[in-house]
Amino acid sequence: MATYELTVNGRKQAVTADPGTPLLWVLRDDLKMTGTKYGCGIAACGACTVHVGGVATRSCVVPVSLIGERPIVTIEAIDQDPVGRAVQAAWVSHDVVQCGYCQSGQIMTAVALLKHTPKPTDLNIEESMGGNICRCGTYVRIRQAIKTAAQQL
Amino acid sequence: MNTAAACRDARRIGRRTFLSVSATVTGGLVVSLYLDGPLAAQNPGQNTAVAYPPDAFVHIKPDGAIVIQVNRIDIGQGVHTALPLLLADEMDADWSRVVAELAPAADIYRDPLYGIQMVGGSGSIAHSFQQYRELGAKTRAMLVAAAAERWKVDPGQCKTENSVVRGPKGQSAAYGELADAAARVPVPASVALKRSSEFRLVGKPVRRLDGRAKCDGSQKFGLDLDLPGMKVAVVAHPPVFGARVRSMDASAARSIDGVREVFEIPLARGTAIAVVADKFWSAKQARDRLKIDWDVSAVEGADSSQLFATYKELARTPGKVAVLRGDPKGIDAVAESHRIVAEYEFPYLAHTPMEPLNTTVRFNNDRAEVWAGSQFQTVDRMAIAEVLGLEPEQVLFHTEMGGGGFGRRATADSHVQREAAAIAKRLVGTPVKLVWTREDDVRGGYYRPMHVHRIEVGIGRDGMPAAWRHVIVGQSITAGTPFASMVIKNGVDSTATEGVADTHYDIPNFHVSAHHPTPNVPVLWFRSVGHTHSAFVMETLIDELAARAMADPIAYRRTLLRPDATKLRAALDLMAEKSAAWRRSLPKGHAVGIACHESFETGVACAVDVSIEKQRPRIHRATVAVDCGLAVNPLTIESQFQGGLTFGVSQLMAKGAITLKNGVVEQTNFDTYAPPYIIDAPAAVDVHIVPSTEKPSGCGEPPVPVIAPAVVNALARLTGKRYRSLPLVTI
Repeated sequence: MATYELTVNGRKQAVTADPGTPLLWVLRDDLKMTGTKYGCGIAACGACTVHVGGVATRSCVVPVSLIGERPIVTIEAIDQDPVGRAVQAAWVSHDVVQCGYCQSGQIMTAVALLKHTPKPTDLNIEESMGGNICRCGTYVRIRQAIKTAAQQL
Repeated sequence: MNTAAACRDARRIGRRTFLSVSATVTGGLVVSLYLDGPLAAQNPGQNTAVAYPPDAFVHIKPDGAIVIQVNRIDIGQGVHTALPLLLADEMDADWSRVVAELAPAADIYRDPLYGIQMVGGSGSIAHSFQQYRELGAKTRAMLVAAAAERWKVDPGQCKTENSVVRGPKGQSAAYGELADAAARVPVPASVALKRSSEFRLVGKPVRRLDGRAKCDGSQKFGLDLDLPGMKVAVVAHPPVFGARVRSMDASAARSIDGVREVFEIPLARGTAIAVVADKFWSAKQARDRLKIDWDVSAVEGADSSQLFATYKELARTPGKVAVLRGDPKGIDAVAESHRIVAEYEFPYLAHTPMEPLNTTVRFNNDRAEVWAGSQFQTVDRMAIAEVLGLEPEQVLFHTEMGGGGFGRRATADSHVQREAAAIAKRLVGTPVKLVWTREDDVRGGYYRPMHVHRIEVGIGRDGMPAAWRHVIVGQSITAGTPFASMVIKNGVDSTATEGVADTHYDIPNFHVSAHHPTPNVPVLWFRSVGHTHSAFVMETLIDELAARAMADPIAYRRTLLRPDATKLRAALDLMAEKSAAWRRSLPKGHAVGIACHESFETGVACAVDVSIEKQRPRIHRATVAVDCGLAVNPLTIESQFQGGLTFGVSQLMAKGAITLKNGVVEQTNFDTYAPPYIIDAPAAVDVHIVPSTEKPSGCGEPPVPVIAPAVVNALARLTGKRYRSLPLVTI
């Protein structure tokens, strides 16, 4: 066990965990931030996506010991970012969600896409969102919502 | 525990002391429409079998907030919005003040038709449509009566709108201020419901009530539950279904920080080892370090390739008769050159809802509390009670929001809940959250059963089928469950033959039979159940027949549909109209695929624009038309159809099969069993609803069956091949 000082959504948080513990479980079980979801544990579904140092990251496979100083942003604080707000608003206005379980990860991935590519093409969207599974199949509306958010920015 | 929850608890345990509950528990925080007895008791002459007191469903707070209980889980299908919408419309409630809650397990929340509290069979709206409307209308009538009494006017002179009652002389009172008085008004025995022209919400696109919470991380699912002192359990399941623990070495597991208990538990089939720890990661680390010697000697090791061989042999012999019309030997009268013999293979499929299965139980000797995303509250609660030696009434069962379900949260043996209860029983007083990892889920059984279909079609001179002999081989989903007596007739499980035996095509000399082998693999209903395979068979064969007759695939289907297939015909015609323009101007290398199918009383027709990219089907566009009777929330219907088509693409995925070798499931996670990603799904889906005022039918399952046959019908046009084995490993 070791203690790590993480910067999560702008706040410094100290956690004591086994160095191999994935960031996902530190967020969920230690910091009680359950907006970030467990879907597969092998970086194959994207439900656990958070931003680490501004990069969309599968938190289920990143050990807490490798985070270092890089700031972490989760779904709980994505509305503090103008791109995040636009994406969330587009998601709500397009009524994207069904069960909603994967949507934290979808939104975090979409925000990262728009931060780097403000006017994404269909191909950009397919590539960036290509690793996120939505079992309800909301992909059509996800495409539309990303385009709407891009227009708003 | 909040007040509303406390009130519901009172109902749950059957103490119908609502007036006193109202006075003491609510403490002025919640003023509810409490009634001091069930409707049936107040109106003994009433004919209806079940009458629902509005108080169990709607609470009006003094500030005007209206809390509506939803009698079944929402797993994405949208009932959390649609049922309150029905109630609120009849009540003339201010929709912006409506809050929906998922009701706990209780008799009053049973599905009015099925008799248990559940989600399945696409029945959520179809079965509770009338119920929620009547509840809304009765609540409105009581509010109006209270206002009329206050103003000394005739209730008939009052009007309602947006949570306000208005009197004939300009009086007005908000629902919130009338709720208290309305609680003392007798519940009307019957009420007039709105004509469809009077709806204010029904039929309009209304966004989901949970839309925001599911976009900001605040929506809690069962897996997100956190209780004081809670522990997390994971289970090492047997490698072969039903195997038992012979011995284990848990020393390495116990050395993991935070591990509290490691012990053997009974399963619905076999035994397993449970690991209980402070947190998930510790529990999983410990499970990975368990050394377990499994006794597999007493269990059959199912093997997919052997099963397919056996099933194909069986398919050459007639099974138990599902339907027989005309001459069973009619096929023999058709020259061989005018016959098609087709054999289809379908693998096991796992539902893989995005939220892995979980259940939390706290056992306190004489009572228990449960939190679960369950499609089968009544069944799961009884199972937990049985494991814990309690009566169901001693189990307080909270319904958690479900991160997908697709049938996976509706098991007749409640195997996940039994596991959770068996673990909690050992840790009296401690809440324990059982978490199934994704690997547990993918390898855990309860699959859509594998099937073989063998069909011989005799083609008449007009190019239409003149005789049809169809043998279906696959496990019965309901055999050995309490559902068997309802579903199995003459030895045929209708969940295996639906979509064939009740086809809407007019086929003479029609003979359908079924075999139900019993390999050692647990099976379960999977969104659209038998239609997942039956529609694929019917719609690809009909397409092949149309091509052979050199007929237009839409016109051929229209000719072959029975005159009484009104919903399917309406859907087919609307789809044809809406897709006509793009079907005429397809880019080079693209082809159109058609399919139509009715399931759960909803007619669906679909056209897809498909090309081949990187050896995979690329679905550029789908136009789908639906006749589901009255469209309660067109926005939800659109979403269900867009999403349901994608769900139906699952069985085309290259890694879209669960296979077994020597009893062991060969797939483990999304790397080896892959549902559709964005690239695999239709890039655009336009959904068209046939205008209707008929009673609504389901929209959760009916979207699923049409897409896979439509896509391979398009592929057949591109490659000249017919695809009869799923998944689609190669094109």
